[in-house]
Formats: sequence, C-alpha cells, structure tokens
Amino acid sequence: MVSEPAIQTTDLNAYFGALQVLKGINIEVRKNEILGVIGPSNSGKTTFLRALNRLNYLVRSYSQTGEIRLAGRDIKEIRDNILRKKIGIIFALPQVLPVTIFENVAYGPKVHGTTSREQVEWIVEEALKKAYLWDEVKDRLDQPAVRLSGGQQQRLCIARTLAVGPEVILYDEPCSGLDPISTAKVEDAMQQLKLDYTQILVTNNTKQASRVSERCAFFLMGELVELGPTDELFTKPRDKRTDDYITGRFG
Amino acid sequence: MNTAMIRQRVAFSILGLLTLAIVVPILLVIVYIVVNGAGTITWEFLTAAPRQGMKAGGIFPAIVGTILLVLGTMLFSLPLGVLSAVYLVEYAHDNLFTRMIKLSVVNLSGIPSIVYGLFGFTMFVMLLRLGTSILAGSLTLAIMSLPVIITASKEALESVPNTYREISLSLGATKWQTVRYCVLPYAIPGILTGTVLSLSRAAGETAPILFTVAAFYLPRLPHSVFDQVMALPYHLYVISTQVPNIPLSVSFATALVLVALVFLMNLVSIFLRAHYRKKRLW
Repeated sequence: MVSEPAIQTTDLNAYFGALQVLKGINIEVRKNEILGVIGPSNSGKTTFLRALNRLNYLVRSYSQTGEIRLAGRDIKEIRDNILRKKIGIIFALPQVLPVTIFENVAYGPKVHGTTSREQVEWIVEEALKKAYLWDEVKDRLDQPAVRLSGGQQQRLCIARTLAVGPEVILYDEPCSGLDPISTAKVEDAMQQLKLDYTQILVTNNTKQASRVSERCAFFLMGELVELGPTDELFTKPRDKRTDDYITGRFG
Repeated sequence: MNTAMIRQRVAFSILGLLTLAIVVPILLVIVYIVVNGAGTITWEFLTAAPRQGMKAGGIFPAIVGTILLVLGTMLFSLPLGVLSAVYLVEYAHDNLFTRMIKLSVVNLSGIPSIVYGLFGFTMFVMLLRLGTSILAGSLTLAIMSLPVIITASKEALESVPNTYREISLSLGATKWQTVRYCVLPYAIPGILTGTVLSLSRAAGETAPILFTVAAFYLPRLPHSVFDQVMALPYHLYVISTQVPNIPLSVSFATALVLVALVFLMNLVSIFLRAHYRKKRLW
C-alpha cells in the first residue's frame, strides 16, 4: 500500500548568496513516519528542514530552485502563514516567548483566529497533554514560561506547535541542549505523536536517530547520500561515506 | 595595596567625579529656580489669567497652552514616528530609498529649531492656511520631535531578540501579527523613553512656536485647534525681555512651572515603562 507522500522534494537546490548548500535533494516523506536526518555540521540538514516551511527566506540572500510538495500541492501556491501553520518547527534550543506558559501555547491559536476563551483553553490543554507536559504545569499555567527547565521548555515548544494544528512537525536538533532524561521525555512525546503527525527529526546524535526514526537520511556537504530504513542504514549502509560517518571514522 | 587596586581606585574616582559633573549643574539650576520662584507660586498664579498687561494675575492660559501643544505634538509625532521605525526595522530592505530615509532622519535632528519655526510658518500657517494656530504649532513641533522618536523607536525595535520574530512566524503568524504581538510590546519601554525625551524638548521650545502658534498676550483659553494660545516658554521670554517692570520672581516661578510640567511627564513615563517591563516575564 503506497499512499501519497506527506512531503516530496524534487531537485531541491538551495543557496545562500553564491554558496550552494543543498544539491538536488529528492526525498519522499511518508505520512505518519518519523524520518531521521543525520549528517555532520554544514551538511545542509537544517537548511533542508527550513526550506520545507520557507523559514530560510527570512535570510535575504537565500534562494532555491526545484519543487517541494506538501500532500501533493506545490508549496509555492500556499501562503507563508498557512504553510507554517501546516508545517510546524521545533528549534534546537528551547525558545519560549517571555509570557506565561498558557500564553505561549495560546499564541498560535489566537493569531489563527480562535477568539473564544473556552476554546483556546481547551486547545492549550490538549496540546500540553499531547506534549506530555500537562501534569507538570497544569497548576501553574500563569507562570512565566522561562521558569520551566530546559526539557520542559522544549516540550512547551512542541505543545505550542501542536496547538496550531500542523500536519508535519520538523525538529531541528531538539535535544541538543537537554539532559538524557529530558531527551527521553521528548522522544516519548514524538513516539505518541506518530499517530497523528508526520515528523522529521534532524539530529547530530546518531543514537537518537536510530532510537526514534523508522527511516533515516544521511546528508553530506549538501547532498543526500543515502536514505533507507533506519536499521538497514545503521547496520549495512550501501554507501561507504555513510559507513564512515556512522562508525565514527569521519574526519 | 597593589598597583592594580590603586589604579582601580583612581579610575573609579574619576568616573565618580564625571558623574557629579553632570548631576551638580542640574541640581544647581533646579535649586536656583526653586529658591527664586517658589515663593511667588500661589493658587491664583497657577489658575488665573494674566491681568494688567501681565503685571498681575497668573499664567493659567500659558500652562494650558503648553499642555495642549504637547498633546498635539504627541498626537502627530508618536504614530508617525513609531510606524516609520517599524517600517525601517521590520519591513524595509536595505536600498537607496531606505538609506535616504535614514539619512534624512539623522539630518532632521541637526536642524536648528528656528528653522523648524520658519518652515512651519511657511508650510502650515501660510501654504496650508492653518493660520497661527494650535494645529500649526503642534505640526511644527511634531516634525521637530520626529527624529528622536524614530531613532529611539528603531533602537528599541532592533533590541527585541530575533528569536521572538522567528517563533511567531514559524507558528504561522503573519508579518504584521508578529510585529504587533511579538515585537512592539517589548519595544514599548524604549519607545516611551524616546518619546518623552523629545516631547520634553518640544514643551520647552520657543523658536518653533514663535510664528506658528504662540500668542504674546491672550488672557483666555482657546476655543478650537485653530486658535492661538499662550505657551510657557514664549511667555517666559516675553515677561523676561519684552515687558518692563515685571518682578524677576515671576519669571522664576514661570520657569519652575515649566520644569515641573516636564518633570511630571517624565514621571508618567517612568510609571508606564515599569508597567510594560513587568509584562515581559523573565
């Protein structure tokens, strides 16, 4: 059974000024899968991620060619704000707004036009539950979000993204600043979210990719070297460069 | 004591003295004005119109005039200044046009106030036929206030972390929603500081209002924005130099009222700033 891919890129090239950072990327992301994206620094992982919801265009020198389709539809036809509602992103460092826990999560629904207080409260509660944070914060929703620990803040960011009702969630090294226990909680949340969302996880941590993802892509210097089932990619990679990276011979 | 400690002591002493050099003159001016003027301030002085060619009565119309001019100036310069800054920081690309705008803003702040006065006279009073009026005076003062408001607002907006914008945009907020909810609220304290700074200056200026609004002697309150008004700085100039036989203490009392008014404005802004700072939850 082959269903329509959640995201499909065709010959995606990306440039910052004259520098090409992505070279002809062709990827299909399946619905409800967790796709791991691994590779060393400067391999284009983050640029790939931010190309999907056009966040790259916040940098003025950025340009791209090729095609990105979201559920079959060319994203060029979708307005930026609608696209980013459908494709949410979790940044590397937990980035919360300097408002309360509640207001952080409520921000998205509010800018998308949910005005009734009860409805916003319901959305916030659902999102926090899905992000495995509700039990820890339900009694202090009116406290500043910055008082939460790093791991809680990152789950708050996930809840904030869930609250706008995305189809796809992008993670840009979401656990790079977190301790192992917080990392485990974030990973638990991701596993649960598989039921409803397509997720792409960019990570520097190959172990995390092998724990969480079903399929994994290896990026190197702007190229997609290999894409396959995670266990295969890690046990018998087809490409020598993948093998070198995974076994730590890289350098 | 070793040499590093001695050097540190010397450096701190020099810095301390420099700070004193700023504070002491201000204190002296205020003390001087208060000592010479406070005795003359009575309820009548504050609430009555001048009588007998300004030799008796109070300065009420001038107080009202100055307050109206400050409010009028704020009405025109605050929205224009803040929106200009928002455009320059959040929307504009770096090109010839925006560089020209930025250059104009810098140059505007270097223009002598009498030039603003003459410009206001030809532009608003004559060309737009507003007459010597509160409207013409406010517009003139507003243009004079713009550079400081724009510069301060720009800096305030630029100091809002970029991550706030990124968070907001990544959640699907539009550009304007991002500016409105995730940038402006955190820039308000800085914007307020700049606004009050430039309004304080506008309140004390004589030259820009000389030909555009200020009345030499008008012992009644204005009926509309097209009326002339008396204003404290111009009144002070008039009673100090143009009308003979007015006791010096009256001039000092007028100056004291002007200073107190400006101080009051600053106080309001301090409270507003504190209020908005509290909104940012760290």
